[in-house]
Amino acid sequence: MKSAALQKPAVSFGQFRAPAVDAVMAEERAASFAKRSIKTSAKLAGLKMAVSMMDLTTLEGKDTPGKVAYLCRKAFQPAEPKYGVPPCAAVCVYPNMVKYARKFLGADSVVHVASVATGFPSGQFPLRTKLEEVRRATGDGADEIDMVIDRGAFLAGDHTRVFDEIAATKEACGPAHLKVILETGELVTYDNVRLASEIAMQAGADFIKTSTGKITPAATMPVTLVMLEAIRDYFFATGVRVGMKPAGGIRTAKQALAWLVMVKETLGDDWLTPDLFRFGASTLVNDVLMQIAKSMDGNYQAADYFSMP
Amino acid sequence: MKIMKSKAKPIKLAAGIPVQSVVPLHSRRLNFDGNWDYAPAPEESKNYVIAPRHELFIGGKFVKPHSDTYFPSINPATEETLTEIASADEADVDKAVKAARNAYEKDWSKMPGRERGKYLYRIARIIQEKARELAALETMDGGKPIKESRDVDLPLVAAHFFYHAGWADKLKYAFPGRNPQSLGVAGQIIPWNFPLLMAAWKIAPALACGNTVVLKPAETTSITAMRLAQIFQEAGLPDGVVNIITGAGETGAVLVNHPGVDKIAFTGSTEVGKRIAQALAGTHKKLTLELGGKAANILFEDAAIDQAIEGVISGIYFNQGHVCCAGSRLFVQEGIYSTVIRKLRDRIRTLRVGNPLDKNTDIGAINSKPQLEKIRMLVQSGVDEGAELTQSQCALPAKGYWFPPTFLTGVTMANRVAQEEIFGPVLSVMTFRTPEEAFERANNTPYGLSAGVWTDKGSKIFKMANKLRAGVIWANTYNKFDPTSPFGGFKESGFGREGGMQGLAGYCRIT
Repeated sequence: MKSAALQKPAVSFGQFRAPAVDAVMAEERAASFAKRSIKTSAKLAGLKMAVSMMDLTTLEGKDTPGKVAYLCRKAFQPAEPKYGVPPCAAVCVYPNMVKYARKFLGADSVVHVASVATGFPSGQFPLRTKLEEVRRATGDGADEIDMVIDRGAFLAGDHTRVFDEIAATKEACGPAHLKVILETGELVTYDNVRLASEIAMQAGADFIKTSTGKITPAATMPVTLVMLEAIRDYFFATGVRVGMKPAGGIRTAKQALAWLVMVKETLGDDWLTPDLFRFGASTLVNDVLMQIAKSMDGNYQAADYFSMP
Repeated sequence: MKIMKSKAKPIKLAAGIPVQSVVPLHSRRLNFDGNWDYAPAPEESKNYVIAPRHELFIGGKFVKPHSDTYFPSINPATEETLTEIASADEADVDKAVKAARNAYEKDWSKMPGRERGKYLYRIARIIQEKARELAALETMDGGKPIKESRDVDLPLVAAHFFYHAGWADKLKYAFPGRNPQSLGVAGQIIPWNFPLLMAAWKIAPALACGNTVVLKPAETTSITAMRLAQIFQEAGLPDGVVNIITGAGETGAVLVNHPGVDKIAFTGSTEVGKRIAQALAGTHKKLTLELGGKAANILFEDAAIDQAIEGVISGIYFNQGHVCCAGSRLFVQEGIYSTVIRKLRDRIRTLRVGNPLDKNTDIGAINSKPQLEKIRMLVQSGVDEGAELTQSQCALPAKGYWFPPTFLTGVTMANRVAQEEIFGPVLSVMTFRTPEEAFERANNTPYGLSAGVWTDKGSKIFKMANKLRAGVIWANTYNKFDPTSPFGGFKESGFGREGGMQGLAGYCRIT
């Protein structure tokens, strides 16, 4: 009996190419950003910037409209007004929660509504239902769609299918922004990450994103660096600025600053905007707020002083 | 339930950029001049006290120089005088050699290896305990960034003592079936680029093999060597086992010519190395030389380019390019030339030049005024000979000795900048077409200390490594040092090896 893969018409291997990545040097370079010492005014400005770039996320089976309401309030006003902390960039929810998030935030809020879609987190669903899901989420008011790529197809070498699915999803998004989740923890090698980044950008991604948050490892610094380097080369090749969203595993203010340093020194200051850089995180925000309060008040506050998302 | 609309707007530090609009070809560039800059993060120099005057360290004690003359040691980042250093003359050198001889005969040569090892372990641990202070002193005295003295120099200094401590009682296993014996008194002359690390490279194997030492640090960087002398006292090292005499080149010459010395180890310029070799010809003294370099970094089209750029950058700009194995010639395969130049140009803009004590500084001060003048002169010669200059437009401090990260393109093999060691943050970029051309051009130099190969293809690495005439060849990395790995040159980059099992041979008589 022939296997399904062998019965398929030959896929065009080699159609997508990406430069090689050297793991040792990529990891060494990524580690160097964390050695930057970000203090005083730079720290405060960096932390406030980090808040403005957060996609505050809840992706659980037990999510309810009530929980989403908390999240929306937190995104709108992360801390006491005296700290001058900007709102978060977006809330990120499951498709069924989009209509509630939209309702709580209002029609054209500064905080965007992002929805995961396309059979998140596995992506192991028929394309038709994936696209239907995207259309429903945007119809319910999602400004941004966080899709997952078909890692099975990618690892089987069917890069064309990965590309076609992203392109079809982009079309289904309409004006909504498309973030493409590579799930780097399942792609494993940096070479795969670099190639998947290339495919996603060519297929029309507005953002490339590391992870669903459901797989370990999620966003690591070297993986993010490899993706930033792919974005840089794509910018010089096409003139298009693609955004970057590391998600999962970034929990502390110190990590957030290291990531910002990496973006600044790899892509330059033009990428230091919520239009082009986001953190996907659920617990990061309060650690950042704690450090902001420390910077401004001079002492640490207990966790009880910061509202739960 | 509807939330009131907030009046706050998301902060945008960079100007609002329309996403997915296509930037025309001629304006595709990265912006490194945004509003979010790192605030100063200096290691406080006032936390570290430097004595106003440093004496000589002879026979386990700090003693005044015979001539009672001192010379100033300045901080190259501020041009301020840090301290005065004693100038040793012939009488002082003689006294130091005699103290070393006395310690050799009385204590050190008779001590079992395992006891010598204990002292080396103890020294290594004290260095680790004092690493932060030593790193700050190294940075103030020599101008290198605190990031490097803290993360590279000091860990390696301790590692060299630890590594050689382990050999002290196992020497016969390094030379199976033979009998390694100590030489006697080793005279060691070290350069200013890695003052403490070079002291460790020299002293640790000498002591492990049972020799005693007279060390002469470089004129501009003696402070940490004298601090090391205090550590030897603290470790209870028997008096005279290590003696440190400071001074200029003449002091070194006296040491080289002293008849009581059994071995000379020198790290420094090829010019001085040749003079030492001439002076020692026909004497009983054993000699190892680690001299200049003009290393080739060879970048193939199939390399992981972004990572290779990092290697090229650290290869030449590490320690302001004051590195004998610096990758000062870059050979790029023609097909990726324009991409590599664009990436290099962007990358040097993110290098932070300035106060070496700032933890975010990537490139510190040039070690001395004469060295700065030499770098300027050679770069000017490159421009005069037709090379194109690319320099980071970073602001340089008003005082101190500074040179921005620089690379030269359109360099030909005949240019001085392709031939001579610049010993500064200056990279000469050239091209090649085939692997054969790459190693021929790389070998086309009187030097042969190190080389780098960047390719994704393992077989190409082995081919190049076999063809390159250099003592150290790094593949897909650069400037990696480890006490277990021998280091040394081919051709006019010297002879003898330091580090590893091979490095022990330089301090033993093997019968």
